[in-house]
Order: sequence, then structure tokens, then C-alpha cells
Amino acid sequence: MIEIAGLAKSFGPKHVLRGVDLRVERGQSMVVIGGSGTGKSVLLKCVLGLVRPDAGRIAVAGRAVGEGDRDAFLARFGMLFQGGALFDSLPVWQNVAFRLLRGRLKRPPDQARAIALDKLRRVGLGPDVADLYPAELSGGMQKRVGLARAIAAEPEIIFFDEPTTGLDPIMAGVINDLIREIVTEMGATAITITHDMTSVRAIADRVAMLHEGKMRWTGPVSDLDNSGNPYLDQFVHGRAEGPIAAIR
Amino acid sequence: MNPLAAIGRPVLAVLAGLGRIAIFTFATLSHLFRPPYYPREFALALLNVGYNSLPVVGLTALFTGGALALQIYAGGARFSAEAVVPQIVAIGMVRELGPVLVGLMIAARVTSSIAAEIATMNVTEQIDALVTLSTDPAKYLTLPRVLAGLVAVPALVGVGDVIGILGGFLVGTAELGFNRATYLRNTAEFLQTADILSSLAKGAVFGLIATLMGCYFGMTSGRGAQGVGRATKSSVEAAAVLILAANFLLTALFFST
Repeated sequence: MIEIAGLAKSFGPKHVLRGVDLRVERGQSMVVIGGSGTGKSVLLKCVLGLVRPDAGRIAVAGRAVGEGDRDAFLARFGMLFQGGALFDSLPVWQNVAFRLLRGRLKRPPDQARAIALDKLRRVGLGPDVADLYPAELSGGMQKRVGLARAIAAEPEIIFFDEPTTGLDPIMAGVINDLIREIVTEMGATAITITHDMTSVRAIADRVAMLHEGKMRWTGPVSDLDNSGNPYLDQFVHGRAEGPIAAIR
Repeated sequence: MNPLAAIGRPVLAVLAGLGRIAIFTFATLSHLFRPPYYPREFALALLNVGYNSLPVVGLTALFTGGALALQIYAGGARFSAEAVVPQIVAIGMVRELGPVLVGLMIAARVTSSIAAEIATMNVTEQIDALVTLSTDPAKYLTLPRVLAGLVAVPALVGVGDVIGILGGFLVGTAELGFNRATYLRNTAEFLQTADILSSLAKGAVFGLIATLMGCYFGMTSGRGAQGVGRATKSSVEAAAVLILAANFLLTALFFST
């Protein structure tokens, strides 16, 4: 479904991605792990065309990113941003139904609101939240609304950028379970980026580890604890000593 | 350090900045001819740029018109020309002070708020979220605000001109002993259509500059709170300087013989 080959991106003198290769099959939940500042978010943004890579090839369902109708390309994706990225000026239901209120997926407002309420219910939020503004919500509720927005248009591919960052462990567990359930029931292809190992074990079918701009290990989540890969072992067990420098 | 390099570097930086702003302007205006359009965003921008600016524009014009009347009366008295207060207040407000003061007030009030809002959206990934939701930020955020500036600021200038003349009229009749009917007749007879049209044209250009600067610096902001602060400050500085420069060029264009 998603094929990335030799992806490179630098910002000035900083080489963030140095030839990343990754393949995600249809319906698979891939989790990309790695320390802060290793380019995980840049990887997702390159796939979406938000960041233009310096080199490499990205193909979604066999078609290179940037080719063909961009609206049709983006309509296949849903994304949960790290901070939610909800639009402050719009009430919750309009955030969720954003794509359904304009553009090629536009529907009548009543219908869009009904879908928004349904998606909010799916992420555990009642209709009383629909007319609130994002600033009136807690961090956990904002993540849920972001999740509802990501799935509102029934996308084939969903990206989750640090879905549990900033949440307490219980709320993080709730979000992890929701992501796993939604990805499974929608049959969507998912890429999640995180450094939270609880998320990895809850969400992943396969795991890829990004360090210093390259994928250091890729494999099924069941091999996480016996990979024999020194980078992955150090990361999974949170050790200060190992091939990954503690101070980067 | 080479002194020529010290001069050349900032000059090149300013020219590069102007080039980027020019490209941003053309790219924004090109969306005028390419749907989709967002009428709700335009209406909200119109409300923010136009209607919500009325109090500050009105008060600024009122006090300026009053002060202008006092200054012209005091200055005119030195060569027995106190009687020209209505004419000079009218021409001063309509040709220069109305558009410039409204432009600067819009730069302070609207440019800053647009830059801060869009820069915050940038920092919190809301702009990226717009793109992933198949919505072009240039069409959804920039064009409605720029069009609102283009439409609302001339209207504000018109209102400011009238209130400024009213300020002069109130001071002239209540304090300086002018007859009400004579004051109004002198104002109306002296003003020409070209004065009013030039005032409104300046308003349109200043509205374009003010909103474009807010959008440009918001869209290109750096990261974090510092990035938002810097974008806001730079947008107001650029808008104010460009408005004053444009005012000079437009005055030369309209009125130099």
C-alpha cells in the first residue's frame, strides 16, 4: 500500500532522513519508533506531500506521491496530529465534519453533523461535546476529537503522530485501544509514530525503528523483545548505554 | 569585516524579502480566478476587518479632525487665514490623514491579529491539518482576509473621512465660532470628486497591504511562542512602512502636476 525507498531530507546542515526504506501492506498497522528529533514526523509529512523530500521515492497504492489529482490523493488519508491541531475557531462537530462541509466530499450540513456525532460517539464522546470549542476540552478529549476528525471521511490510510504524548497513562491506554479497534474495524492501513512502548505493543502489527535518518530494524511486534538488534534493544528497554547516544 | 558587505547583506535581505512578498501576493490573487471559494470565511473576515474596526477608526478620525481644526485655526491666525479651517480640514482628512490613519490603525489592529492567528495555526500544525483535509490554506485563510481588506478598508476610510470632518466641524462651530451652515457649505463646495476617489483608492491599497502582510508573516512564521511574536511584530512593521511608502507614491501619482 505504501512504499518508501531511499527517502532523504535535510534542513540546512541537519540531515534528518538519510535514505529511509519502508513498506506497509494494505490493512497493516505499522508503528515507527525512534527518539525525539529523529525525523519520524518528517517521514509522515513527506508521504502526505507537506514536506518535499530531497531524494527518494514514495508510492501509495503504486502511484508516486505528487502524481495525479492531489485532492483525490489526500482524500485517501486521515491524520491525527500530535497536538490535535483542531481549528480553534470552529466548534467540535465542525472540526470533525470539516471535510464533509466543503470540497468534493461536501454533504448537507445536517448529514455532516449526524456523521460527526456518530464519529464522536465512536471515540467515546457524547453529543454535549459537539457544540463546544476545542479550547473548552481537556487534552484527552482533544485527542479523541482529532481521532474522530481523522476517521470522519472513512479514509483508507490513517496516520497517528504521537497519539499518547501529553496524556496520563489511563487516557493513553484508552486512546491506544481506540486506535487499535478503529484500524481493525475500518480495515485501514495505519502508520503510527511514537516513542511510547505501551502504544507500540497495543497498536502495532509491525514495528520499524528510525535512528539517525535510517531504519535500523523492521519486523513483527512479536519479535520486539528478541530482535537481537542493539538499537532496538536499547530503545525498548530504555537503557542509557548502547549505540544510541543518550545526549543528542 | 568588509564595509561593502555590511551594507550589501541587509540590502539583499530586504530585496529578497520584497521578492518573496511579491510572489506571495501574486499567488494569493491568482486564487481569485480558481475555485473553490469560501464565502463564510470572507464574511467573517469582513466583520473582523471592517465592522469591528469601526470604533477605533471612528475615535481616531474624530480626535484628529478636531485637533486639525485647532491647529489650522492657530496657524492660520498668523497670517489672518483663520477662515480656511473647513476647507483645510476637509482636504487634509480626505486626501491624507483619513486614509493614512485608518491604514495605520488597520495595521495595528488587523495585521497583528491576522499574523498572530495564522502564525499560531502554523505552530500548532493547524495549517498542515488544513492541507491534509484537502483545503488549500491560501484559499481558505489568505484570500478571504485579503479580499476583506480590499473591500472593507476603503469603506472604513470613507467613514473615517466623514467622522474626521465632523470632528473639525464640532470644534470649529463649538469652540472657534464658525457658523454651522457656512462650515458645511465651505466643506462641500471645496471637496472634489477626485479627492474622495483618491482617498478610497488609497484605502483599497492600504487594506491590501495590511491584510497581505498579516497573512504573509503568519504563514512564514518560525516555531514556538517566539516565532508567533516575531511574525506579529514584523507584520505590523512591514505593513506600516509599506502603507506610508505607498501613500507617498499614490499622492505623487494623484496630485503631482
